[in-house]
Amino acid sequence: MGEKKFITGNSAVAAAVKLARVGVIAVYPITPQTPIAERLATFVSTGELNSKYIRVESEHSALSACLGACMAGVRPFTASSSQGLAYMHEILAYASGGRYPLVLAVVNRSLAPPWSIWGEHQDSIQERDTGCIQLYVETAQEALDTTIQAFKIAENSSVFTPVMVCLDAFHVSHTEELVEIPDQADVDRFLPPFQTSMLLDPDEPKSLSIGASGKQYMTWRFQQYQAIKTAEKVIQEANKEFESIFGRDYGGLVDAYRCEDADCIIVIMGSFAGVARDTADMLRLNGIRTGVLKIRAFRPFPNQVISDYLNSAKWVLVIDRDLSFGNEGAVCSEVRGALYGLDHAPAITNFIAGLGGADVTAQDIRKAVQEMIKVTDVTERHIIFQFMDADK
Amino acid sequence: MKIKDVAKEEFITGSLSCAGCGNLLAVRLALKALGKRTIIIIPAGCLSAVTCFCPQIPFRVPMFVSPFAATSAILQGVSTGFEFRGIKDINVLGIGGDGATADIGMASFSDAIVSASRFIYLCVDNEAYMNTNVQSSATTPTGAITTTTPFPDTMQETRLSKKNLFSIAVAHKIPYAATASVSYPLDYYEKVLKAARTDGPSFIHVQIPCPPGWGFPTEKTIEIGRMAVESSMWHLLEYKDGKVRFTHVPKKRIPISEYLKAQARFRRMKPDDIAHLQSMTNEQLAALEANQDKTPL
Amino acid sequence: MSSRLQEKETHPLGPQWPAGEIPINVGSYTNIKPVIDKSRCNSCRLCWLFCPDGAISIGEEDNKPTVNDNLCKSCGICVYECPLKIIKL
Repeated sequence: MGEKKFITGNSAVAAAVKLARVGVIAVYPITPQTPIAERLATFVSTGELNSKYIRVESEHSALSACLGACMAGVRPFTASSSQGLAYMHEILAYASGGRYPLVLAVVNRSLAPPWSIWGEHQDSIQERDTGCIQLYVETAQEALDTTIQAFKIAENSSVFTPVMVCLDAFHVSHTEELVEIPDQADVDRFLPPFQTSMLLDPDEPKSLSIGASGKQYMTWRFQQYQAIKTAEKVIQEANKEFESIFGRDYGGLVDAYRCEDADCIIVIMGSFAGVARDTADMLRLNGIRTGVLKIRAFRPFPNQVISDYLNSAKWVLVIDRDLSFGNEGAVCSEVRGALYGLDHAPAITNFIAGLGGADVTAQDIRKAVQEMIKVTDVTERHIIFQFMDADK
Repeated sequence: MKIKDVAKEEFITGSLSCAGCGNLLAVRLALKALGKRTIIIIPAGCLSAVTCFCPQIPFRVPMFVSPFAATSAILQGVSTGFEFRGIKDINVLGIGGDGATADIGMASFSDAIVSASRFIYLCVDNEAYMNTNVQSSATTPTGAITTTTPFPDTMQETRLSKKNLFSIAVAHKIPYAATASVSYPLDYYEKVLKAARTDGPSFIHVQIPCPPGWGFPTEKTIEIGRMAVESSMWHLLEYKDGKVRFTHVPKKRIPISEYLKAQARFRRMKPDDIAHLQSMTNEQLAALEANQDKTPL
Repeated sequence: MSSRLQEKETHPLGPQWPAGEIPINVGSYTNIKPVIDKSRCNSCRLCWLFCPDGAISIGEEDNKPTVNDNLCKSCGICVYECPLKIIKL
């Protein structure tokens, strides 16, 4: 049984990094991730964490330095947000294509302009094609636990893919809650020592991240595809094993709340899932059988699991804290894809809310649900914007 | 140092480089100096283009192709990783071209050379983006024809001067920095050995003549490099223990017009430009001579 | 066939390759190769030193250079740099 402390999401992530015995840390500061960099620097300088801290001049170099450390056979860590994550974009795809097991924390923040330091998922959503595994957390406790699990998932020899642990800016990163910090001995039992197949070793010389074309290229891309698909199973196993040692279960790929008999299901990622659950309870009192499906793993996107939960609902409200311009919210598109081909697919309404750190209240969600249940045509692409009049 | 002291083992043969490639010679000699326990980091450029497409991988040491702007950051990461594991006997060598170092990689280079990480950064300078068909880079000399400066005197983008990477490294107070040339191989070899012994970052800026890019026949690669030093358009310097000095002074000096005329890329230079460049070169040489064995600002 | 080549046949995990595999004979792109008059050679080793492709090797016993036609790209640097001018292309 670990120690219980009243800490923020950022501190929780830093605590997880310490427990995971990370060997090289290279973090470039950006609000709201800076406390992670600061806490880790303190751990390293007091000797609490035996690690090397590299000072870098940009996020691009931060993730590159982690890549370098990975190839030298050492477990690395970095974190970023918004503009910084965008600057790392090239290296995210590099790490994934090159099959390097890295873990990075992303404190989800809006992209400029307009400038906003507050929360939104656009920054990590726009990295969804880089080939990194993405896990979205709701609380500081989940941030700590998921970060520890992330190392195990990334370093699994059937996976060897970078993992992004995404936590909401300020609502999770800077809000204090009671968090149980696991014992080092238990974490050592759960997380084996670092392993990678991409090693720079003069005793077994190889060339890494080389060029290829045609069939060779396609073979390697297919391997990558398979690895991330395998990660679905690995994520669920990690969740189960974590529960058996630490007693906390996050559902693996998704977390379902009162979905079994629901006519209306709210699909959401991140910390506003709590508000969604309160709203679901309120709506049930008013006669609308509502449930909440929190998506935890956005990549790999668990099509089958989501389809199983949603196929008996009449309406699905997908809340997106992001917007794929030229289409609709990214989560909505993916959910739509998961439901394709079902005989009685539910009507889907996309609710774009919480951008730029806007608070999404129970009232907002209730209003959106009430708008949604007026829609009877399943084929209609219904999208609502928070604060704006309903757009049909 | 004598030729017989140069190591015999070959670490790179069978690459798809051009005939007479100066870059290849620089890498071949550097690897001989550093030996088997070396790992190389190469960004996009001529070198990686001729050595990274499987199955024709000619290196006999571990190699990693790095993202273009990130070479120095990768070097920092690898070096720190080895340090964490207590491994002290592996040379960490980055081989970046002029574009990868002085243009796109400038930010990460500037940061890495003030760190405490142990690595050798070898900038192989062929004075343009040669791999992608000769575009102008930060180290392209004034008056050189490239595909993005086809008429150097009319293009507003023509460089005022070649970016001086050696001075930049010295300004960062890097523990060891040097300029070298493949035409002076023993001087270069010794510098690589010194860099390997440095306890911290080190930088070697080696000029590598390029027959197709500069416009001269393939057999003259070494001759052109020699002329660069003899005309004082390239110097053989070293920054060690806080002082800059020449490591080799050519026995004869030639006017820069001889060096310029030997390469097709300078054919559009006018006599006025050449005269102006000659006086600037003379001034620079005089300044370097006056500041020998002194600590730069 | 070395065990490393066999590994290649089954596609290694991710973009990586064992070091030192060079199936293409780069010397095959040119027909004319340098000829060294060993009888007049004084073993200065400059040709060996300056060859970018490492195509020249120095004999263990006779200390004289030999050109490996499979690696030589016929650039002519050895011809130009030989102080005694005893290499012909």
